[in-house]
Amino acid sequence: MSSEKKEAQKKPSSKPVAEKPTPPAVAKPPAPVAKPAAAPAPPAKEPDAPAFEKGLVDEIKKRFGDSVKIVFIKRLRIKVQVEPKDIVEVATFLRDTMGFDHAESAGGTDYPKDNQIEVIYHLGSYGREDLAAHILSLTTRTSRDDARLPTLINVYNSVEYHERETFEMLGVYFDGHPRNDRFLLPEDWADIPPLRKDFRIKGR
Amino acid sequence: MKKELVSPTTFNVLVSKLSDILVRALDQPLGYAINWGRIWSLWPVHLETACCSVEFGAASGPRYDVERFGIIEAFGSLRQCDLIVVQGTVTRKMAPRLRMVYDQMPEPKYVIAMGACAITGGLYIDSYNVLPGVDGIVPVDVYVPGCPPRPETLIQGTMLLQEKIKRSKIK
Amino acid sequence: MTSVEEKFEESKRLGLQIVKESEDDRLMTLSVGPQHPGSGHFRFTIKVDGDYIVYCDPDPGYVHRGEEKMCEYRNVIQNIPHLERPVIHDSNNITYSYSLAIEELVGIEVPRRGQFIRAIASELNRQVYTLYWLAIYGIFLGHSTMFMWPAGDRELFIDLLEALTGARVTHAFNIPGGVRNDVPEGFRDRCIRQIRYFEKRLKEYEDIFYNNPLFRQRTEGVGILSKDDATKLGVAGSVLRASGIPYDIRKAEPYDIYNEVDFKVQYMKTGDSFARSYVPFLDMRESCQIIEQLLDKMPKSGEVRAKLQPNPKGPPGEAYRRVESGRGALGYYVVSDGTPKPYRVKISVGSFRNMLALPFLLVGQKLADMPAVYWSLNYWPVEADR
Repeated sequence: MSSEKKEAQKKPSSKPVAEKPTPPAVAKPPAPVAKPAAAPAPPAKEPDAPAFEKGLVDEIKKRFGDSVKIVFIKRLRIKVQVEPKDIVEVATFLRDTMGFDHAESAGGTDYPKDNQIEVIYHLGSYGREDLAAHILSLTTRTSRDDARLPTLINVYNSVEYHERETFEMLGVYFDGHPRNDRFLLPEDWADIPPLRKDFRIKGR
Repeated sequence: MKKELVSPTTFNVLVSKLSDILVRALDQPLGYAINWGRIWSLWPVHLETACCSVEFGAASGPRYDVERFGIIEAFGSLRQCDLIVVQGTVTRKMAPRLRMVYDQMPEPKYVIAMGACAITGGLYIDSYNVLPGVDGIVPVDVYVPGCPPRPETLIQGTMLLQEKIKRSKIK
Repeated sequence: MTSVEEKFEESKRLGLQIVKESEDDRLMTLSVGPQHPGSGHFRFTIKVDGDYIVYCDPDPGYVHRGEEKMCEYRNVIQNIPHLERPVIHDSNNITYSYSLAIEELVGIEVPRRGQFIRAIASELNRQVYTLYWLAIYGIFLGHSTMFMWPAGDRELFIDLLEALTGARVTHAFNIPGGVRNDVPEGFRDRCIRQIRYFEKRLKEYEDIFYNNPLFRQRTEGVGILSKDDATKLGVAGSVLRASGIPYDIRKAEPYDIYNEVDFKVQYMKTGDSFARSYVPFLDMRESCQIIEQLLDKMPKSGEVRAKLQPNPKGPPGEAYRRVESGRGALGYYVVSDGTPKPYRVKISVGSFRNMLALPFLLVGQKLADMPAVYWSLNYWPVEADR
């Protein structure tokens, strides 16, 4: 059983278009009925793993159409990319209707080749049992020279310190966050944000 | 018990220690007594700097009992302590606080640099927030290497410190 | 009896400066700083009104060593020693999650015996970590026997881990692909004997600590975190399970061979400091049974490590894997761009997530309740600062 799981995980996804890997017959226990929320229940009855994720993605696409871009759908992991102006709306939809009720972490990656910084939020669910293992990565990209994003603190309270750390480490300003401030670095830090790629640590 | 004390192998050690005590106690009795009091009651400040503090905590445990050397972490103010054990990495944010704590301690005070990170920066030498060694801020008496040092090594370090204090002169 | 007004007049005549007490002067700012018997290497500023805390602001970063930046300059295997230093006494779990993420990126398959040994080391480390946490909890509350007993029992588990891996706390045992070496001779019998002894000791801990009326008074009803608040604040691990949400990654998203192990998720419903201090104890008891099952089911022989090329690298991609460490969920987000060195490593640690609950819970408590609430949130500053 574990080797089958390893096979399913071994399929890397490098293409930015939606790619569904051919699902092996993974014996997954049938997911219990979703908690009654004010929502259309996703097709949770089928035991086939990627089909469940596909069902979640179809719901998002039905609501938002082309403003979301699906980067990949893997077993238990979905990555969705949106524009900075839509992110609060999409996050509210994910929280209220789809059942992803907390953000596990939030961070950023610097891509100097595209001249962009990507900020990624990993969303998980404590309340719904069929979504307990799923992580939906909500990402957005902003330009490196003037990095500003709307904050998600009113939707997910748990990103307060993560966004503050991203501001400090990568230089991304979050509009609406109460404190875009020093957090982990010393108070007299006078250099560029450390996690940018043009910051070289000494000797390397 | 007397036979073990005075056996051929231990006899010269016994004689040297006795002579040492007698010479110094008769020569400078007050200095000897003060030094004796100092080495058997070194009180460390509760300042954990980084991950070596786990091994310092284990050293205070029942197996490597460091309390028999008089090292009790007196959870009072630092105005009554005389030892700082710099346990691990010192970052640029912590460095001014370490100096402030060191300045507030009364004389005579001693510093043990514990762990590779406190001696030269250790594993984190090329990090952007780590000081390469703590002897630029505070004067260090004993360096205890290891990553983290075993509690036995820490105890050996304190014994070295005790030897050093024994040799010092009282003004 | 002169009145206060007359005293002020007198002091003005003498040229002394006395500030009249006003409403603004009621609040006093305290800095529970990095040198403090009750805080470790972490500073938080609190404002008190008499005896009640009205504001709390954490100020971490005293042990920020730049782990995530350093990961980009070393290759995948060289990252293991410095990645295990954040939670040095739970080092098997923080490298477990990293190994899982790298295995998914590079495409390595771990042999079955290696998976079992990894899980056994992880469970033993969970015991070691929880015993250290209990020891410091005892010291913070002034129960010094509760410092000595867990510290002593912890040494017995460290002996087992030292026989298995070669080092006391910094094991560097998990690598992507399995574990470094096989178990020594007689390990299984030693382990079983130690677990039998430890289960008896757990009963004694319950008698002196958890049934102690002073401890109960200090922690019951103090710092209550409700179920909704726990979900909104996104806390992790034992803090979450003490508020009534039975979420354990070993059950929710089983990794390696945890789907073959039979155990129950321990949780409590009250959400106060007593529940947060009792859930790790229940976890320890459950963990003893898990270790026994793992030792029974382990295959008798086999490889423990997959063969690796000198500089393992995989196609460009990303992976996010999580593991249930002694404290809670520990996740790694690794991005690779096809070279042997990772492009970005982000560690999502339980302490950083639980830190958000600290200002939330401390407001409204009395100042003397601060150690009980603070340490029950299972916060380790070195890990949160990475």
